[in-house]
Amino acid sequence: MKVLVPVKRVIDYNVKVRVKADGSGVDLANVKMSMNPFDEIAVEEAIRLKEADKADEVVVVSIGVKQAQETLRTALAMGADRAILVVAANDVHQDIEPLAVAKILKAIVDEEQPGLVLAGKQAIDNDMNATGQMLSALLGWSQGTFASELDIDGDKAVVTREVDGGLQTIKVNLPAVVTVDLRLNEPRYASLPNIMKAKKKPLDEKTAAGYGVDSSPRLEVVKTTEPATRAAGIIVGSVDELVSKLKEAGAV
Amino acid sequence: MALDKDTLSQFLDALDRFVKERLIPYEDRVADEDVIPPMLVDEIRMMGLFGMSIPEDFGGLGLSMIEEVQAAFVLGQASPAFRSLVGTNNGIGSQGIIIDGTDEQKAQYLPALASGDMIASFALTEPDAGSDAGSLRTTARRDGNDFLLNGTKRYITNAPRADLFTVFARTNPEAEGSAGVSAFLVEAGTPGITLGQPDRKMGQKGSHTCDVILDNVRVPAANIIGGPDRLNKGFKTAMKVLDRGRLHISAVCVGAAERLIRDSLSYAMERKQFGEPIAEKQLIQAMLADSRAEAFAARCMIEETARRKDAGQNVSTDAACCKMFASEMVGRVADRAVQIHGGAGYMAEYAVERFYRDVRLFRIYEGTTQIQQILIARNMIRTAAA
Ligand SMILES: Cc1cc2nc3c(=O)[nH]c(=O)nc-3n(C[C@H](O)[C@H](O)[C@H](O)COP(=O)(O)OP(=O)(O)OC[C@H]3O[C@@H](n4cnc5c(N)ncnc54)[C@H](O)[C@@H]3O)c2cc1C
Repeated sequence: MKVLVPVKRVIDYNVKVRVKADGSGVDLANVKMSMNPFDEIAVEEAIRLKEADKADEVVVVSIGVKQAQETLRTALAMGADRAILVVAANDVHQDIEPLAVAKILKAIVDEEQPGLVLAGKQAIDNDMNATGQMLSALLGWSQGTFASELDIDGDKAVVTREVDGGLQTIKVNLPAVVTVDLRLNEPRYASLPNIMKAKKKPLDEKTAAGYGVDSSPRLEVVKTTEPATRAAGIIVGSVDELVSKLKEAGAV
Repeated sequence: MALDKDTLSQFLDALDRFVKERLIPYEDRVADEDVIPPMLVDEIRMMGLFGMSIPEDFGGLGLSMIEEVQAAFVLGQASPAFRSLVGTNNGIGSQGIIIDGTDEQKAQYLPALASGDMIASFALTEPDAGSDAGSLRTTARRDGNDFLLNGTKRYITNAPRADLFTVFARTNPEAEGSAGVSAFLVEAGTPGITLGQPDRKMGQKGSHTCDVILDNVRVPAANIIGGPDRLNKGFKTAMKVLDRGRLHISAVCVGAAERLIRDSLSYAMERKQFGEPIAEKQLIQAMLADSRAEAFAARCMIEETARRKDAGQNVSTDAACCKMFASEMVGRVADRAVQIHGGAGYMAEYAVERFYRDVRLFRIYEGTTQIQQILIARNMIRTAAA
């Protein structure tokens, strides 16, 4: 079985984000970028399936600016077999919206015929949480979202899902789209020897236009604001004082 | 082999992440327990850190000098105990084999050193031969096709866990000083080797040194680095590996200095006295600025010297300048870091207390500051006289 893993290049989770002066979005110029952490988990899971002989090839795809190549190299260094880069924008500030991504992924799935698409549940930049679901709708495939456990059982995937207040285990037919949650695994580091070896792995470059998909934005960002700064707290001397202050503030 | 720009930055990013997410969080535990947890040693192995300077043909990364110092700038940010674990395999423990070893020696040892399956130690210093290493007394007496080694080696890094020793011993008792010394590859299991108790050191807990006692240790002549033809040429081999080692250590000093500066800056911006963060005080600012400028100067001179070494130039004098300046610099930076932290800087809860002790070693081993001064001045005079 072939596993296809879409990976997104996003602002590094350690970077303190700054909103652009015109409020149109977050400033990404000269900012450290990395693989979306949920996608890292998806790559790790795909590699584990291969190591367990449940998959025989791991193909990673990234859709975005040309620099997403670095993200793909990281996935290759982790252990993916080959990569496909779909250039869909020139400006690092142009986000490719979930529907466009899902359409391009559908075209790639048609070409590659994977048995499983493993995606992150969402990207940490825009938190859309939509691409996997849209892709499964476009393909007419089963889906399992928010996976915290995954097993392949013949022509079925057993997916444990993190739902409010507990876990739900479902069995879906393959081929399927599964989106992964934080607790599925701990991704490995791209080791230094594997980074060197990854240079020799194939990386195909395509374009969104080549798949006949219009990747221009349909959504308009009206405003982006920094989170409100936390107001200073006060130190109270006793539980009684705390209770009376809370009463004063109308909180109890 | 030089890496392309993208691969190098991916490599340094991966290393930086590993240092921040895996090594730094374990520093306190390593210092408290005086041991690097075995699973972390395995992770360090998997990352490829034992083989950074070993050629790709033998399973290493084959980094050029400039790439190696850039990696050391990053690795130096974490406790020097981690660097010390991989230091001998990348440096003095393998470079002799790489530069002067026979094809058989390279094939036999380099792959295991690159993967970290084998740990190398470099045994030069003795109780009565430190800075004056050429006066060493360990003897290697010929016995048929073998040599019998006798003597004591002191303060040998990684000796308690070493699988392979490069032992320097006198093969020609008549020759003066370093002229009659050969370098032998001696496997740890060879009968006649015993180890002393681990030394109780000032710092770098988690990294160990001890005496290595050689009592009639039988070693084939084929184990002389470079084979029997390089009999009595051990010091020439040692000298060839020194420049690389000095630049590597210098870069580790810069990494440590940058860490100390970062910790000091964040402490100074948090800690309030007289109604404002101490970072607002000009006397604190002066310390921060002096540290920043000195660390930057060291970084620049190391990069410049590393590039020239890669271009094939003789950099012996400048590598000694780097070792002297960078190790002294990190001493001053550590001292200021403790000062900026005030009482907290004297307490083990803060990393600067540990680093203050750890970095003291850099001015002593791989040639003390005084020995570097002598070397630099001697080369200056020699060049001027020529
Ligand atoms: C933690 C640690 C790890 C080590 N690891 C190794 C290792 O792996 N392998 C190994 O072989 N060795 C190792 N060493 C030994 C180290 O290289 C020596 O300690 C160092 O070279 C200094 O030698 P010494 O200790 O005998 O000091 P000495 O040579 O006795 O020096 C004492 C003082 O005299 C000064 N001095 C000496 N000669 C002169 C001179 N001509 N002019 C002016 N001043 C002079 C020195 O600079 C120093 O200040 C290690 C040492 C330590 C502390």
